[in-house]
Amino acid sequence: MKKTIFSLVASALVFASVPVFAGGGAVLEPPQHPWSFEGVTGKFDKQQLQRGFQVYKEVCSTCHALSKIAFRNLSDLGYSEDELKALAGQYKVIDGPNDAGDMFERPARPSDIIPGPFANEKAARAANGGAYPLDLSLIAKARHDGSNYVRALLMGYENAPHDMKMPDGMYYNKYFAGHQIAMPSPFSDGAVDYQDNSPETVQQYATDVAAFLTWAAEPKLETRKALGLRVMTFLLSLTVLLYLYKRKVWKDVKGH
Amino acid sequence: MASTVYNPNTKGWKEWLDHRLPVFTFMDHELNKYPTPKNLNYWWNFGSLAGITLVIMIMTGLFLAMHYTSSTTLAFNSVERIMRDVNGGWLIRYVHANGASMFFMVVYIHIFRGLYFGSYKPPREVLWALGVVIFLLMMATAFMGYVLPWGQMSFWGATVITNLFSAIPVIGDTIVTWLWGGFSVDNPTLTRFFALHFLMPFLIVGVVILHIVALHRFGSNNPLGIDIKEKKDTIPFHPYYTIKDMYGLGVFLCIWAAFVFYAPNYLGHPDNYTPANPMVTPAHIVPEWYFLPFYAILRAVDFNIPLGFYTIEAKLGGVIAMFGSILVLFALPWLDKHPVRSARFRPYYKWIYWTWIIAFVTLGQTGALLPDQPFYFIFFGHEVSFGIKTITVAQISTFWYFFVFLGVMPILSKIEPVKALPYSISNPVLTAKEGK
Repeated sequence: MKKTIFSLVASALVFASVPVFAGGGAVLEPPQHPWSFEGVTGKFDKQQLQRGFQVYKEVCSTCHALSKIAFRNLSDLGYSEDELKALAGQYKVIDGPNDAGDMFERPARPSDIIPGPFANEKAARAANGGAYPLDLSLIAKARHDGSNYVRALLMGYENAPHDMKMPDGMYYNKYFAGHQIAMPSPFSDGAVDYQDNSPETVQQYATDVAAFLTWAAEPKLETRKALGLRVMTFLLSLTVLLYLYKRKVWKDVKGH
Repeated sequence: MASTVYNPNTKGWKEWLDHRLPVFTFMDHELNKYPTPKNLNYWWNFGSLAGITLVIMIMTGLFLAMHYTSSTTLAFNSVERIMRDVNGGWLIRYVHANGASMFFMVVYIHIFRGLYFGSYKPPREVLWALGVVIFLLMMATAFMGYVLPWGQMSFWGATVITNLFSAIPVIGDTIVTWLWGGFSVDNPTLTRFFALHFLMPFLIVGVVILHIVALHRFGSNNPLGIDIKEKKDTIPFHPYYTIKDMYGLGVFLCIWAAFVFYAPNYLGHPDNYTPANPMVTPAHIVPEWYFLPFYAILRAVDFNIPLGFYTIEAKLGGVIAMFGSILVLFALPWLDKHPVRSARFRPYYKWIYWTWIIAFVTLGQTGALLPDQPFYFIFFGHEVSFGIKTITVAQISTFWYFFVFLGVMPILSKIEPVKALPYSISNPVLTAKEGK
């Protein structure tokens, strides 16, 4: 048993010594929000994801694409097939060529990717003073502590310190690396009209859209954690049995 | 006349086959009866763990390859498609991506065990050298695998590492162009890295087989580092070590699964979820954690080395140091000629070993930091810093890494006392006596 504990402690130590990655410069750590999807049994809050999608649709999507998400994926948020058909029908997509060789416009179907606001990166830059509004599909995984970072960033707008000169078209944000961000503060209280009784505040919008973008980046999170619980239970029981069996087999070996 | 009659010479199909191709005799000999020292501790589990990890990596990799597309325009999206739309794709990919980390974890412990218990000493020099070859192949495989998702860190990591070859005098630039298949890391680079990433694991399997053949020639070393003297020193591999290895595997899979299911991106870098962009350099290009010690050695040489007739520039010096830090392992059996294998019975080396381990882990941490920032590490949740520049710490650690091999070990071979060794594994105390 002593040896077992020793080997466990040893492997724990090796893991604990995995070096800390340094980020790019001194950045304020985002405040930690108690997300519903945290922890071993974490699950998304579908109401929250729907609110987050609403915020994305009404605010973020004017500049930011979500190119990895098709309308059909939104069924994860609790929308029915008819709701998704109706939602997709509000968008137009380019399809073709048809038999005459022409591209044509048609209403989107649930299997289509949610159309982005710009045809390409150049068009996006031209419309945004040279800045490129990022695709948000993976943003929650493409930033350290992504869910908290997105939430903090959206609430992190402040007046620039007096000694800091902000270039035209740049805004001060305390959570953004370098503190100069080309995106203006996207929300004001009451800007999005929620269907449920959730508070219509910047903080609530930021939290909901960060949760939605976490889902967008890792849609299999719930499946993963649920399967993980079963796999871990199996593996831990198996390991205990193997340990007991090992002890039984080795019982008569002297001097090892 | 009897010779004209066909005689299968057997009782059942196993004996029939074994008579013609002795697979069962071989398996019985090498996996069942194979006499193994009875005193192996849990540090001896890591060889079999590495072998099993290799098999899991090849299997998950095969299924990933069925869905992956090695084109710069499609690679990133094909990985996302695996994560979102392929049945169980997210699981296969997370097992594979974390598996690379697990593989290195296991192999590092396996190597450190060999270093402590003198497993590289005669008659196991070739066994050790084959292990170093496996380690080199693993590094190449892991590096090319990390390029495949074609994220920012994939692209910039590939750019930094392939550019190292430009440090070679005269022909360096030509070699780099040849490696890239063009004038920058681009589509030809990605496709060849995919082809090689698929091939190299099978080369590793080949060298692993040689590694096991060499191992079974003299059998495992053991914590006492003494040869097997009598029959009762050993036990058959099965069932004793099969069950012990299975138990170790259980513990290992629990750790692996914990990462896969609960922290699948903890060991990765967030930048790799941003598609590769040759026009935007990440703020801080870092390799995966398992390369950090060697990355630190590469960066530690930030000065030119004048040799009188020729000046080795800092970049080339760094490349030589980095490759040298692994190549020196080949020479280890001839650098350390002390007759005692196990550090348990080497009063000086026992301590030197741990200073080397500390230097190696320190190098890992310096590799994660920027050269000019003050060195720090996290110790039980507290940030510890001495106000020394990271590059300085890396240089001291690099010096010690090499000096242990090239200076300390040859000296210890001459001056370290040879203490009393146990008479045999099964008789460790009774006949121990002083002197050589």
